[in-house]
Amino acid sequence: MSGEEPVVNLEVALANGLTEEEYERVLELLGRVPTFPEVGIFGVMWSEHCSYKSSRVYLKELPTDGEQVLEGPGENAGAVALGDGLAAVFKIESHNHPSFIEPVQGAATGVGGILRDIFTMGARPVASMDSIRLGPLDDPVHQRLLRGVVEGIGGYGNPVGVPTVGGETQFHECYRGNILVNAFNLGVVESDRIFRASAAGVGNPVIYVGSKTGRDGIHGASLLASSEFDDESDAKRPTVQVGDPFTEKCLIEACLELMRTDAIVGIQDMGAAGLTCSSFEMADRGDTGIEMDLDRVPQRARGMTPYEMLLSESQERMLIVARAGREQEVEAIFARWDLDAVVVGRVTGDGRMRIRWHGKTVVDIPVAPVSGSSPVLERPVAEPADLRERQKLDLASVAPEEDLGAALEALLDSPNLGSKRWVYRQYDQLVQGNTVLGPGGDAALVRVKREDGTPTSKALAMAVDCNPRWCWLDPYLGTVAAVAEATRNVACTGARPMALTNCLNFGNPEKPEIMWEFAQATRGLSDASRALATPVVSGNVSFYNETSGRAIYPTPVIAAVGLLEPWERFAVSHFPESGLAVVLLGETREELGGSHWLAERRGLEAGLPPAVDLDRERRLQGLLAVGVERGLLRSAHDVSDGGIAVALAECSFAEGEPGLGVRVELDETMRPDALLFGETPSRVVATTSDPDGLLAAAAEAGVPARTVGETGGDRLIIASGPGRSWIDVEVSRLQAIWERAIPRRLETS
Amino acid sequence: MFAVVQFPGSNDDRDMRFALKSALAVEAALVWHKDPELPPDTEAVLLPGGFSYGDYLRCGAMAHYSPIVAAVKRFAERGGPVLGTCNGFQILCESGLLPGVLIRNHHLRFVCELLHVRVEASRAPFTSRARTGEVLRIPIKHGEGAYTADAETLDALERNGQIALRYCEPDGAVTDRANPNGSLRNIAGITNEAGNVLGLMPHPEHAVEPSIGGVDGLAILGSLVDAVARK
Repeated sequence: MSGEEPVVNLEVALANGLTEEEYERVLELLGRVPTFPEVGIFGVMWSEHCSYKSSRVYLKELPTDGEQVLEGPGENAGAVALGDGLAAVFKIESHNHPSFIEPVQGAATGVGGILRDIFTMGARPVASMDSIRLGPLDDPVHQRLLRGVVEGIGGYGNPVGVPTVGGETQFHECYRGNILVNAFNLGVVESDRIFRASAAGVGNPVIYVGSKTGRDGIHGASLLASSEFDDESDAKRPTVQVGDPFTEKCLIEACLELMRTDAIVGIQDMGAAGLTCSSFEMADRGDTGIEMDLDRVPQRARGMTPYEMLLSESQERMLIVARAGREQEVEAIFARWDLDAVVVGRVTGDGRMRIRWHGKTVVDIPVAPVSGSSPVLERPVAEPADLRERQKLDLASVAPEEDLGAALEALLDSPNLGSKRWVYRQYDQLVQGNTVLGPGGDAALVRVKREDGTPTSKALAMAVDCNPRWCWLDPYLGTVAAVAEATRNVACTGARPMALTNCLNFGNPEKPEIMWEFAQATRGLSDASRALATPVVSGNVSFYNETSGRAIYPTPVIAAVGLLEPWERFAVSHFPESGLAVVLLGETREELGGSHWLAERRGLEAGLPPAVDLDRERRLQGLLAVGVERGLLRSAHDVSDGGIAVALAECSFAEGEPGLGVRVELDETMRPDALLFGETPSRVVATTSDPDGLLAAAAEAGVPARTVGETGGDRLIIASGPGRSWIDVEVSRLQAIWERAIPRRLETS
Repeated sequence: MFAVVQFPGSNDDRDMRFALKSALAVEAALVWHKDPELPPDTEAVLLPGGFSYGDYLRCGAMAHYSPIVAAVKRFAERGGPVLGTCNGFQILCESGLLPGVLIRNHHLRFVCELLHVRVEASRAPFTSRARTGEVLRIPIKHGEGAYTADAETLDALERNGQIALRYCEPDGAVTDRANPNGSLRNIAGITNEAGNVLGLMPHPEHAVEPSIGGVDGLAILGSLVDAVARK
């Protein structure tokens, strides 16, 4: 792409991802034909990935306010107040297409990108989670992708010194042609030290810091992230960036050091569309302009054109606006960390982006119309023609489970329900020394320290969830359930859920059925987050998750964050000791629609997913917090995938040690397979040494609860009454099956 | 004073400092890798875990050439106590303060887990707080932790009592199953011949609080604190 730059015409505009209509608009806006770099800028800035043009009308309906909210959507990440002058900053973001094309680097740079969003705000990143969805694990391609994605996440997250404390890993046919990798990060900052990405103060220097600019990742945002896959997608591999966690680690330390001074006014990560997006966004927020000299940009390749420099997505780069006269302070800090820090331009007052190269002006366009008023589309919506068909399920015609014990073993052996230890064992879960609860439980729990290392009495709980099958069967109910489950998981530790971030993974928005799914999902997200008082403070939309016309199931991934104080009192998810009463919180309905049992044992994905009663959910979550606070709860584990039977088995397992048995009696009158494997939400398996106290607290909270059994022994026994066992099996046998579910499938290849 | 060396890419430097302060009431200074000398009042040196200089070559290979490591070598040769965990252990091997080398885990994957190590001898300055044969529960997290040396070196380590820790079962049995990375003879930590330099793959600094990894790491860090206090 070096050498002579092409003359711009419609064809060039289309190749840069613009539509014909959008190109017309560019001509009108400029009153002339854009230069080649300019058309590249419009292409990325107005891409789906950067402009949210299809989703914006829906996103503006989401509840984003609350007294805890310090920063809602719009900045690099959302922020909530933790009290005592501290704040948590967090966000989740997709890196789906790059990870499918080049799993190791795609996943690695996903982690790197989300980290930069967090420390750009002045926060030290303290916890990562990753939500991974792949095709079936018996497919060698997806075995390779799993190995690669996990290697990439660990290969970046481990050296950068941020613990990976949770996440999810799922496998489904619908991701065979388009995997999902969503990376979450959370940081901690003093509330009055939150930085914003604004280019304020005419005359202030614009400083480029971090890695040099190369030719990698050009068109990552406009072409890779904003179009469907097809057979030619492998040719897009050069659009994937390459990560350097060592530079990122130094960049984190240097930036946090710099932010402790008052030498800077704004800072922004160069992520999607690199230099272009970051400078436009900063100028737009500051209501200013920027003039920049590309010859000063540190370059790692020779002969780069302005187009290449402006669109490069080379990693580990940031743009800083410093106070005039303080340049040397900035340079000195970065020099200590052996990083480049170069003044590349100045803030101007005329609202224009003016970029020079080799002495001539190659870009001269107004900032506001490019970033502020990018197109907003109201795309047509239409319910999928087969939706009613999907939702049909006559339970009477579904053969009842003959062997409940065998069904439990089959479910525990499925990669979706089996242990994910093979995955998270490859991540540093411990660095920073705050991991109270790591991966494998309902939610992670991370103690909060101040930047100077002083420990506080606070801990943050976090969990990430989505049931795509439910969302496919009913995107509204499925998304409500995802919010309920993520917040419930957080509540199981004893924390009170505070806020949400989300990554909405969908197919091609140009199809009315996909837009309908998106509209339903965002409505569900709104209703649930409002009812549970957990506003949406940040998020990301990933469209075009399809290959050759086949879309993924709608996958609105929800991450919830909650606060626990004092943190020393918390509930674990497994049975902590024998002799404890097992209490089931919530009610079981006879429903198997969309369940794992139905899919695994009957090969059916059908029916309506269970509906969440949000008022009941809110009361349950309140009870969990009170239960932990009063010392009534020793453990709490959410009943979800695989129903009560799988939940009880998971409670029995202990990582790397023999598990602990349990005997429960369930006497509801319904078909036993629905009772054991049905997935009615708003239920929790709890243990307590004070069942009367817990039942009284439950009654007070209006949560149905009853004692169903006791922990102890080495067998898992689920009975319908004395002497009538549905399931009676050694815990060690189940645990072995569960632990081997993923490794055994990887060993055969 | 305790000195924690900070390389670019060090990750557990702040954690080591926190562990010493919160659990043992010992203040430690962070010493920058470009410094030519340790602070004059240094009583013990800690080389933390992480990925010094990115570890894009061999782990610890670049750090060996940093100015501070030359100073650490001088300190060790004078008999000063030096403790290297994980990347610190790799640096000690690369710089010749300890024999042998740490290569990629035999399964070629990074591994993070809480496991058991057996204290081979209760001895100052690193294991005096433990009993000989005591089993400690301490986490590991590394991709290149397989301790390797030729048979002669390994025999010499055994003979001289330089093997400080071995991976073991919860009951102390040293088995293949308990070996997380393919280390020869289940070696998790060794000292130099003089006994004043310890390198270990487990992370004692991540086991100093009851609810965050347990407190078994104090058996090692506490021993060092005791040794310095006795001087």
